[in-house]
Amino acid sequence: MKSMEASRLTEEGEVKRFVDKLLHESPAQQTEVMVTEWDNALTRFANNGIHQNVAERDVSVRVRVVKGGKTGVASINQMNEKAAADVLKRAIAIADLQPEGEVVPMPGPAKSQSVGAWSDATAAATPEERADFVATICTKAKRAGLNAFGAFSTGAEQFAIANSLGVYHHHRSTDATINSVVMGEAGSGYADRGAIDVRDLNKDEIADEVIDKAQRNQNAQPIEPGVYEVVLEEYAVAEMLEFMSYTGFSALAVEEDRSFMKLGERITGDKITVWDDGLDLSGLPAPFDFEGVPKQRVDLIKKGVAAGVVYDMQTATKEGRQSTGHGLPAPNTEGPFAINLFMQPGSVPKPELIAGIKRGIWVTRFWYVRIVHPKLSIITGMTRDGTFLIENGRITRPVKDLRFTQSMLEALDGTLAVGKTTKLQIGEFIGASRVPAVRLKAFTFTS
Amino acid sequence: MKDLAEAALNAAQVKGAGYADVRLDEHVQQDIIVKNGQLAAVSDDASEGFGVRVLVDGAWGFAGSARLNKNEIEEVVDRAIRIARASARVRSTPVDLGPPVTSRGHYRTPLERDPFSVPLTEKVELLLRADAAMGAVKGVGIREGSMEFLRQRKVFASTEGAFIEQELYESGAGIEATATSPDEVQNRSYPNSFGRHQGSGGYEYITAMQLDRHGGRIAEEAVALLTAPQCPSGVKTLILDASQTALQIHESCGHPTELDRVFGMEAAYAGTSFMTPEKLNHLQYGSPQVTITADALTPTGLGTFGWDDEGVPAQQSFLIKEGLFVGYLTSRETASVLGQQSNGTMRADGWNRIPLIRMTNVNLQPGNSSLNEMIADTKDGVYMETNRSWSIDDKRLNFQFGTQLAYEIVNGKRGRLLKNATYAGITPEFWNSCDAVAGRSEWKVWGLANCGKGQPPQTAHVAHGAAPARFQHVKVGILK
Repeated sequence: MKSMEASRLTEEGEVKRFVDKLLHESPAQQTEVMVTEWDNALTRFANNGIHQNVAERDVSVRVRVVKGGKTGVASINQMNEKAAADVLKRAIAIADLQPEGEVVPMPGPAKSQSVGAWSDATAAATPEERADFVATICTKAKRAGLNAFGAFSTGAEQFAIANSLGVYHHHRSTDATINSVVMGEAGSGYADRGAIDVRDLNKDEIADEVIDKAQRNQNAQPIEPGVYEVVLEEYAVAEMLEFMSYTGFSALAVEEDRSFMKLGERITGDKITVWDDGLDLSGLPAPFDFEGVPKQRVDLIKKGVAAGVVYDMQTATKEGRQSTGHGLPAPNTEGPFAINLFMQPGSVPKPELIAGIKRGIWVTRFWYVRIVHPKLSIITGMTRDGTFLIENGRITRPVKDLRFTQSMLEALDGTLAVGKTTKLQIGEFIGASRVPAVRLKAFTFTS
Repeated sequence: MKDLAEAALNAAQVKGAGYADVRLDEHVQQDIIVKNGQLAAVSDDASEGFGVRVLVDGAWGFAGSARLNKNEIEEVVDRAIRIARASARVRSTPVDLGPPVTSRGHYRTPLERDPFSVPLTEKVELLLRADAAMGAVKGVGIREGSMEFLRQRKVFASTEGAFIEQELYESGAGIEATATSPDEVQNRSYPNSFGRHQGSGGYEYITAMQLDRHGGRIAEEAVALLTAPQCPSGVKTLILDASQTALQIHESCGHPTELDRVFGMEAAYAGTSFMTPEKLNHLQYGSPQVTITADALTPTGLGTFGWDDEGVPAQQSFLIKEGLFVGYLTSRETASVLGQQSNGTMRADGWNRIPLIRMTNVNLQPGNSSLNEMIADTKDGVYMETNRSWSIDDKRLNFQFGTQLAYEIVNGKRGRLLKNATYAGITPEFWNSCDAVAGRSEWKVWGLANCGKGQPPQTAHVAHGAAPARFQHVKVGILK
């Protein structure tokens, strides 16, 4: 039975032949071909049982052509000769029919570092394995008089990009993620994990964490909104970092005067160091970007000082420098994006982050975060699934979820301590962050 | 298509499915972006494939593939059946779909001008004219305009005998001007935020927006906002324009009335709902001015179709009647738990996803006031227009919204322009404070093409009919 479920991705040699043929047949001055193929499955559970259980196999062939100063982009989700001819024809037609526009340059060939992001075990994970994993969480929750909810996914993907200037890169990867909310009559807990190799996910460990959190978070009482000292768990820190990346870490955001990044100036407390590194195996590595440029490590915040931003071909060309390998698929008007984020850990074990806090709040995770003011880095959102009052250095009771409206930079400016360990948080749509928990001097809860 | 659908259903039944449905879907999308006077992006995306959903031993399995051939159908059906059997190992309650659905027919979005037959140059020229209008205003740093056109041909067939073909069209466009200063980023967009305004229909929907006539106005507003005073903090009368009212409906009425959320089926992701079944027909959700329907028959709505993705016919039902909570958005599976029949809201965002309960066109019925009357009748208030930020808790109670533009209202008159306006509240308190809704002449259907839900994530295109509305005693100015 197992072999049937092994991921059914096309052989790399076949992908390369397809890409080469398409490039060869293109009449355009420059052509880029991007192939993404994936085979994903996800088992979803609610009320201690599986209620949705799905799998898909799909491919995307994306072609960008440049012809006479005009660019056309078309895609199709088939990888055969007919599809290649069709997608090329449509891309050319778009280029032919339009007025001249701005042409984003394509990169020339450059060697990319190979990174191991593949696990046979993940690629071959079966629905029975996913069900057994989920069953552990549901059974333990039920035994504790609680209800478990969540999703367990396993996926395999390959990505190839080539252009008529000689670029060809290929990368394959797997990922496995589990998230769970466990609820009682009067409160809930949360936990998630992500890994390249599904065998690195420990079902008992995650079940125990989420159940423990749910049990401790029953019958929460309201607390007055206001400014509190806080400990943010890694779930919340990763979300905050992703919003910082979205609003500020891009060269285009700086160029368009939308970013909070003031390069060379201190923007957070000196305990904060953040970088992007697509090659670090402790993240979710990818050796090159969606324009075919090898990824470089970029220091974003160094000991509180804004150190750099990420570039794609368009922003790099405009400033006369090299792309850092952070381009998104064409056509892209959003600019480059840092998607392999790391925050430097500190020296304080996570349980000790609350030591000495007279009155503060422990936040498990954020929910529905949105940007209120990009330049001041103000976000709003709710706490969720485990918000606790800290009194005299220990957690005393759960409190009702609170809404916060807070500048991320101001919050990080008051970083008092950074956790010693880090956790990998896989993004919902793209990328991942590896971050520690943090203790912040002031965080504004508005309701 | 019909042959492939039949092959999938036969295979599913032979392999042990108690129920099966198949959706074959072909999707074409064109996107155009003009930025700062240049054509920045044109793309043409196509996707096709099929998905098979099966019930085995009362548990669901689903598999989909882009490879549309009979061999692949056999493999995908095998995969769906195997997945369903795995689901059955950790099943809580067997799925009951209620009475069979045997719909048959064809539906096509009514349209005057097929957007895919309109020359690209005509579309680009309109966006460039709107861009030029924005560019004529000094101080605008970023100008962007976009269009999107969609065509979806889908076939739905089930082992209960349903067979439906639908051809759905959407057209959308929008423009946005951004101005910046050392401490501010202010943007104004037209007709709506979220990149564009979208509806079911043809290119006539774009023409009616008159994008080029509004470029100059929004650019001037974006620049003026840079130096406008901050929205003051306090508890005031709040008047929302129709587009922000639409988003308020979406977040605080549409989502909490989704019955799958109520039953915990989205608990680990999108969240649950405060509108639990014991509140049905008892909760005074809003004031008597508040009547909200789910109506998949609304012309130009993004939630307008012939049948949902379970084959249930498009229909209108009441969610809130004169303030009283009276109904949910339902599926076959969830409706049967309450002893009801589905009101046809199950939609998938493509062949590779299962259908979920999604808003159709969730509409606030027009009232008998007008924006001018509401302002004239307000002593101390704020008027807010066009969404800028939105956030609500996982039960859909505690919300905070920001808008691009606001004006103070003093003694019945519109006063100063205000920047960074925000308001916050608790859903039933807020809707119970609604004392006026504008009439039919100011009522409009607003398309939202970015509604996220589900794991794996899906993006639904939904709509809300709304008019300007007034609310009393609302906390405004969260940013000080």
